[in-house]
Order: sequence, then structure tokens, then C-alpha cells
Amino acid sequence: MISLAPPVDSWLYPVGSGIYCEPGDFYIDPGRVVDRAVITHGHSDHARAGHRAVLATSETIEIMKVRYGEDCAGVFQPLAIGETIDINGVRVRLVPAGHILGSAQVVIEWAGRRAVISGDYKRASDPTCAPFELVTCDVFVTEATFALPVFRHEKARHEADKLLSSLRAEPDRTHLIGAYNLGKCQRMIRVVRDAGYDKPIYLHGAVVALTELYQKLGVDLGELLPVAGTDPKSMRGGIVMCPPSALGDRWSRRFGDPVNAFASGWMRVRGRARQLGVELPLVVSDHVDWPELIQTVIETEAQEIWVTHGREDALVHYLGTLGRKARALALVGYGEEAE
Amino acid sequence: MRAFARLLDCLVYTQSRNRKVALLGDYFRTAPDPDRGWALAALTDGVPIRLPLRRMLSDLVTRFIDPTLYRLSRDYVGDTAETVALLWPDDRSVLPPTPGPSPQGGTSPLPLRGRGRGRGDDRSEKPKQLVLDLTPTPNPSPQGGGEQEDVSPLDARGKQNTSPFDMGGERHTSPLDAAGGQHTSPLDAEGGQHTSPLPSTGRGQGWGDLGHNSGEPPELSLGAVIDAMADGTTAERTERLGRLLDQLDATGRWALLKLIGGAPRVGVSARLARTALAESYGRDVSEIEEVWHALEPPYLELFQWLDGKAERPDPGAKPVFRPVMLAHPIEEEDWPRLSPEDFSAEWKWDGIRVQVAARGGDVRMFSRQGDDISGAFPEIRSAFHGHDCVVDGELLIVRDDKIAPFNDLQQRLNRKSVTAKMMASYPPHVRLYDLLFEGQEDLRGLSFGERRSRLEAWHAKHHPRLTDVSPLVPFKSFDELGVLWSSARAEGIEGLMLKRRASPYQAGRVKGEWFKWKRAALTLDCVLMYAQRGSGKRSSYYSDYTFGVWRTDENGERQLVPVGKAYSGFTDEELLEIDKWIRGHTTETFGPVRAVEPELVFEVAFDAVQESTRHKSGVAMRFPRIHRIRWDKPAAEADTLDTVLRIVGGGAAARAAAPSDLV
Repeated sequence: MISLAPPVDSWLYPVGSGIYCEPGDFYIDPGRVVDRAVITHGHSDHARAGHRAVLATSETIEIMKVRYGEDCAGVFQPLAIGETIDINGVRVRLVPAGHILGSAQVVIEWAGRRAVISGDYKRASDPTCAPFELVTCDVFVTEATFALPVFRHEKARHEADKLLSSLRAEPDRTHLIGAYNLGKCQRMIRVVRDAGYDKPIYLHGAVVALTELYQKLGVDLGELLPVAGTDPKSMRGGIVMCPPSALGDRWSRRFGDPVNAFASGWMRVRGRARQLGVELPLVVSDHVDWPELIQTVIETEAQEIWVTHGREDALVHYLGTLGRKARALALVGYGEEAE
Repeated sequence: MRAFARLLDCLVYTQSRNRKVALLGDYFRTAPDPDRGWALAALTDGVPIRLPLRRMLSDLVTRFIDPTLYRLSRDYVGDTAETVALLWPDDRSVLPPTPGPSPQGGTSPLPLRGRGRGRGDDRSEKPKQLVLDLTPTPNPSPQGGGEQEDVSPLDARGKQNTSPFDMGGERHTSPLDAAGGQHTSPLDAEGGQHTSPLPSTGRGQGWGDLGHNSGEPPELSLGAVIDAMADGTTAERTERLGRLLDQLDATGRWALLKLIGGAPRVGVSARLARTALAESYGRDVSEIEEVWHALEPPYLELFQWLDGKAERPDPGAKPVFRPVMLAHPIEEEDWPRLSPEDFSAEWKWDGIRVQVAARGGDVRMFSRQGDDISGAFPEIRSAFHGHDCVVDGELLIVRDDKIAPFNDLQQRLNRKSVTAKMMASYPPHVRLYDLLFEGQEDLRGLSFGERRSRLEAWHAKHHPRLTDVSPLVPFKSFDELGVLWSSARAEGIEGLMLKRRASPYQAGRVKGEWFKWKRAALTLDCVLMYAQRGSGKRSSYYSDYTFGVWRTDENGERQLVPVGKAYSGFTDEELLEIDKWIRGHTTETFGPVRAVEPELVFEVAFDAVQESTRHKSGVAMRFPRIHRIRWDKPAAEADTLDTVLRIVGGGAAARAAAPSDLV
């Protein structure tokens, strides 16, 4: 059937640093300050401070307040998952993206067409957030962080077991786990708990506030203690969560000869781990890997796939061979390395 | 293969030299023969198998993956072995046997199982690619439709996960069905409008989990791999290689390709491997090095001796490597402690240090790390034929009595063999520094002064072709020598060597005996133009930099012209910063190369500038390295081509870096 509805890119399109919905007059994850922003999740390349009005899940709003302060936006408007809001005749709803706590896909419908802006997402299980939900659509906007067929992530539980066996093998060395301080850190703690580790886990100062927020929002993370003020000797042989930048930093010297671990999808490639001086790579990611990405794109049945950031060259090429219309949006400022 | 794979995998992630030595030692003491010998070969001189491996792998991999995706993956990973190990499905046989609806419009099914068929016929045919099957093939039920359940770890994954959207066998319903109930918008009714011909499938069959998840792989010995790859046509070996890879998990596949691929790049030099072997048996590495080149993989006699079951292998009449004596860079604080009368000075020639050992009709030339590089230099072997000696010298390319730029020598290095044309274009020469053995007489215990006299006498008598003796540089005081040093910018001179006259020839860098006094490097401020992703440890980082200087064209416009390329001189932290900068300032991307905005200035240190036809600028730097990253400097203030051209003639237009700046 031939549809006479205007094509999606006539009313929804990239503008430098984000995606703009013209009839609704709002942006999704804009990189600069705007009047009205719909935010998919709390990572800093998607959620920025200073917008006049922010529409997001209540968890994402809480995360933004912790990161940027209570008044980091003029107005916060929480939108419950699955609830539809009408913005100038544009229907908008949020659907779980499975990326981190509060992460959502933005489903936008106008003039008989539906676009899904998925933000960052994953399909693997994550006990710290709601699982990804698939919504069929005409245009699917996807990330491509790990869009190369070499990327196939491990199950988080498998990597947690690897960590615990390293702790048994090296009982005198503190294990520093570098993990993105929003999402990955808390997920790793939860997965390590599920693997049976019940000793206190120590936190670098930079991960404390968001981890406390996760606990406040109902994610059980067991006993957590700050590194600051704790005798390094008592942490020997234990687990310390820190931001990746703290690995090999002066801060880490207090632990003597620690095992540097890094939880990231990038750890699939040995060269990355070696470059960062990582001794124990944990291949855990909050993004889709290649098979999941391709599967998701196909399942959405989208006629057009727009690629925001990452390995857009490989994804656009491959979708082309499948006969799919795919294009790279070339958005500015989306961190391809942030994981 | 399991123990070897674990060894390599641990070595890659281990920074500490001592831990590496311990890992290697454990392996050598516990692995069986001949596997440990093949492993030692892989880490040192390579296993004696010649394969067109890259082509074989490309042939195998592009049977199930799009060539562009393979290329992009390899560019990103920076290592063919690892790329293939990661891409290889854990079970090729469950890859759907039909091609996807690719624009190439393939029709014939991909014969994934029939790997034994002749390959001649399908050479002309473009291989079909499959990454995910999109044709409606029936999914095997989770109960296992004929396939063993454990061959498809994906099924296992689905069962273990509780996420309703995880990739299990249960999820074969159309996404519309799955999501339909949740939809509240009027668009749902239009579900039927979606005319996509693509039915949903489960996660691509055959994209198994990697490595660890798929259970213990069957054990495959290194010896069996070597046997399988040792003979047969390329086509036969390609099929065998495919079957071997099928038996392994991702880490095993990677290790196998490292075993047969040469230069495994796991952070272990050949010398460290030999050192670890020696240390784990309480031996000195020189005991191994002195017999090393008389031995062949898998080194059974060597291990017999180390295990105490046999005498040390006797090199017999074969020429072997003797560990080389090295110099320390001279430091400011050294000068007051040294007396000029105790030292001889000689030029430090700008080639590579070699040792030529001739004995019993055989001649070998070794690099200073003990690598046998004879194969690339048959002229040197024939020049020393019939002699009985071990000499130490500098390998140079000398044309019309003039030392050619180092770049010319590089044309002949790292080759297994050499063509007649190369031999004619790049004639080698050995400039002799020292005589270690004359006949069977070991001269290494004598002083440098005595050895030097013996060298001169020996050379005067025998005078092997393509050799001369490096002249001594007479001097009375260090001040006098300093004048010579600072004026020495002639082609082929890298600086001066100071050797204590009383020094015996000892292995390694002995303190206080020999010093190298490299002439100061020059520096220029250049602008970063292109960045390329590195390989190995630097794969996926932009670590190779092409930079240029300003040239004013006939219209008076300033433009950058490239003058060199460098990939060293910065720290790992700086690499991360530069990498980030490059990603944020990219103007164009060509495969692994990015063009960047002309804004970042590098202070580049180099030894000389040579004329070059390869660079648009007409000049090329010799041994350029990043000296400083000038985040602060405006690109417009970088140096000009005129400045560079003034240096070509040996002028001193560039600023000489203080030696202490360059470590």
C-alpha cells in the first residue's frame, strides 16, 4: 500500500547535536541547551544541564539532578513508561531501552508514521533496569557503538565468575574494577552479588552518589563502603569499584600492586585492554553487540534506519547489503568511547 | 593448545616482566614435547612453516562474512589473527546454508559443509556472504532438532537468561506479535502495512558465544597443528586450517593463528622467551644463546639438556650467535669520571649492528638480538665463505663508496629472501668493529686494544669482500672529541662510540665500559595532517601520525606538505589525548586513516632530513619521533618547508634539542 503520509525526515531530523521534531517543537538528547528536550537516559552525552524543560522517566530525572544539581533544568516533567503524551499533536511515549536505570526509547508518532529513537540500548539481561522492549516502526534510530561483527559481548554473569576466580587466585591483591560510574558500575556490583560475593564492596568517591541513588531507587547492592577513610590493608584481596580513569592513576597507588580490571565491551579486543594496562578484562557492555544490533534492526521492521554514533560505516554498509535503507546522522558530540 | 592459549592470553595482559618470565617458565616446565618446543619457536624464530596465511584466512572468512565487514573489522582490531578468532563462528555447520538477499544476488547455496570439494571451480565465483540469515529457515527447536544442544551456545544463553527479550530459542515469534499487546496507539492497527519482506529470525544461528562460554574445547596438540600445516597445496591447507579452527574456542583460535602466523606480538621478545626458559631451569641465557642457532624447532635436544637428561647440544661445526656487547648512552655526569687516555673513539655508523659468524663452510649473519638475518643478504654470506671467524660490525648499504640513507637499508631488512634487483640496487657492506673469534680461538677475554690489533691484522690478511674496518678517531682530549662530534653531520654517521681500551668483550650492557654519544637530534614544529590506527597494542587508537610543514605556493597561499610520519615519542596517556583530539577534529575518513583539521602542532625530533621522491614536499625525515605535543602552539607558527630544505644540506637551521631532552 502506498502511503501518502509525509516522510518521517520531513518532520524529524538531525540538527547538529541532536534530533529535532518539528511539529512537536522539541529535541531528543540535544547536545546544546534548548527549550524542550526529551532525554533518553542520564549519560552525559545524552543528558545535559540547562534545558528549559525536560521530559524523561522519573529515574532519568533523578539521575540528572544528582549529576547536575536539583535545578539543572527549568522544568522537569516525568513521563511514566508506556504512557502517551500529546505534544502539539505529536504522540510521544517512552519504552524501556534496557541500557541503564531509567533508560528509555522515545516513540514518536505523527501523521500516520512512527519513529523510534532508541538512545543507547541493549538486549542482554540486566538486573538493575527494565529490559528492552521492541516497538515496530517506520524509522528506527539506533546507536552503533559496537557495530562490527567482532563484537560479541560475554554474559555479565560469566565475567563476574571470572572476576571471582581471579580473586581466589590472587587473594593478596586488591581488584580495582574500572566501570562507567553510571550504570555499568552498579550493574557489575549487582551481578557480582548474584554470583555469590557478599563481602563489602568499596567505592571510589566518584561513584558514590549515583550508586546511592540506585539503592534509593530500589536496586539492592549489598554492603558498600567508601575507599576514602578505609585502611588500604583491609581492602586487600577485595573489590574496589572506580571510574576507568582511576586505573593507573595516582589514586590507585594506595593499593600496592592491584589487579586492574575493566568492565567494558571494548575489552573484547586485546589491544584495547593492553593499551589501557588492564590485566583482567571483563567483557560486559550496556550496549547491544553486533548480533543483537542486527537482530533488533530487523525486528523493528523499520523501512529506514538512522545511525547516530559509533561504527556507522560498518552498520550502514551491512544494512545496505540486506536491502535496508540506512544512513548515518553524523551527530556531533556523541561519545563513541563512553562505555 | 589449551595450555598454550592460556599462556599467550596471560602474557598479553601481563605488564610485569617477572610475571611474564614466571608464566613462560611454568609452561616450559610442564608442557609436553614437542608442544613446548613449538611454542618456543613461535615466540622466537617462528615455526618453520610458510603459509600465505592472510590470503587463506581471507578465503575462509569471506565464505561467511561480507568482505567489507571483514576489512573494517581487521582495520579496527589491528591484528588479523585476533580478528579471525573473534569472527569465526563456534559452529560453522549451523550457519544457514543459503546466502542472504544481498545485492550481489547470489543463487547457489554456500557449501559450508562440503569443504572438501575442489576449489578450482568456484574461484571465479564471488563468495557469498552471510552474517545473519534473513531467509525463512526453520529454527531448530530448543530441544535440538538434530543438532547436539551444546553446539549452539546461543540456545543455552536463552535458557539461562530471564530477560524476555534475550536471544533464546523462544523468541521466534514475530516482533509484532510480541509487542502488539502493548501498543495503545492507532498505528498498531497498521501493523499489516509493514511490508518488509524480512521475517524475523532468532539470533543468527552460529554466532556462538565466544570462547569461555562454550565449554571446554577439545584438546588439540601444537604438534598436530604443525603437522597439518606442514605440507599440501594451499587449497588443502586452507581447508585443514578451517577444520582446526572449528575445533577451538575464540582464545584457542587466536593462539593457533599466533602459533603459525609468525611474530605473535604478545609482549614477549625472542630474547625474553629464551631468558625465561634459561631462568626457569636455573641457567644463564647466554648458555642457550650460544647454541641456539645450531638448533631447530621443536628443540628436543635443548629441552633434554635443560631437563638434565642429556649434555648441552654441541653446535659442532655450525656457526652460532655470541651475545653482543652493548654501550650505554653517555650522560653528563659520566664525563668527569672518564679519562681520555683510557678510551678509543670510533664513529657510530648509521646502519644496524650485526655479527657475522663463519665456520665450516657455513656463514650466518645475526642481528644484535640474535635473529638470523642471513637469508636476506646472500652477498655477505658469500663474502665470508671459507673464512673461520666471528666478527662484530655495522651493516650498511654502500653505493659508490658512499653510505646510503638508512631508508635504503630498510628495503632489505625483514625479508626472508631477496631478488637480484634488490641486490643490485641496495649493495650491502659490513664495517667491522671487533673480532670475537679467529679460527677456534676465542678472543673475547682479551682487551679491546688487543682485539682491535688482531682485527686489523686479520683483515689485512684475509680481506673479505664487502668489508672494511671502521677507523678509530684519534683525539687527545674530550674537548677535541666534542668538536668532532658536533661537526659530524656527514651521511651515515650517527655519533661517536667510546670504548674502554681495557674492556673484554662481555655480553650485554656492561656498566662503564662502552659509551655511545649520539649526535643531538634536530627538531621542527610540524602540523598533524593524517592519523592512522595502529596495530597490536595500539589497535583502534590513532597512533601513527603524518605531519607537515607550511609551503607557500605560487599564488601566495600557504598549504601543508607532509614531511614525515611518526608513531613514537609519546606516552600512553598522551596517546589517549591525541586519539581523542583526532576523533573530535576529523575532516575525512579513508578506511583506517583520518584527515584532521590542521590545528595540532607536534615538535618532531629527527636525525636528518633526506631528499625523497615519495613525499610531496620532496624531503623526508630520518627517524622522526614526537618530541613534544604543542597543544599551546598555533598551527600557523609551525615551521616552513624552506627551513626544512636548509637542513638537507647539513645546515643547522633547525634547533638542536638538548641531548638531555631526548630519552
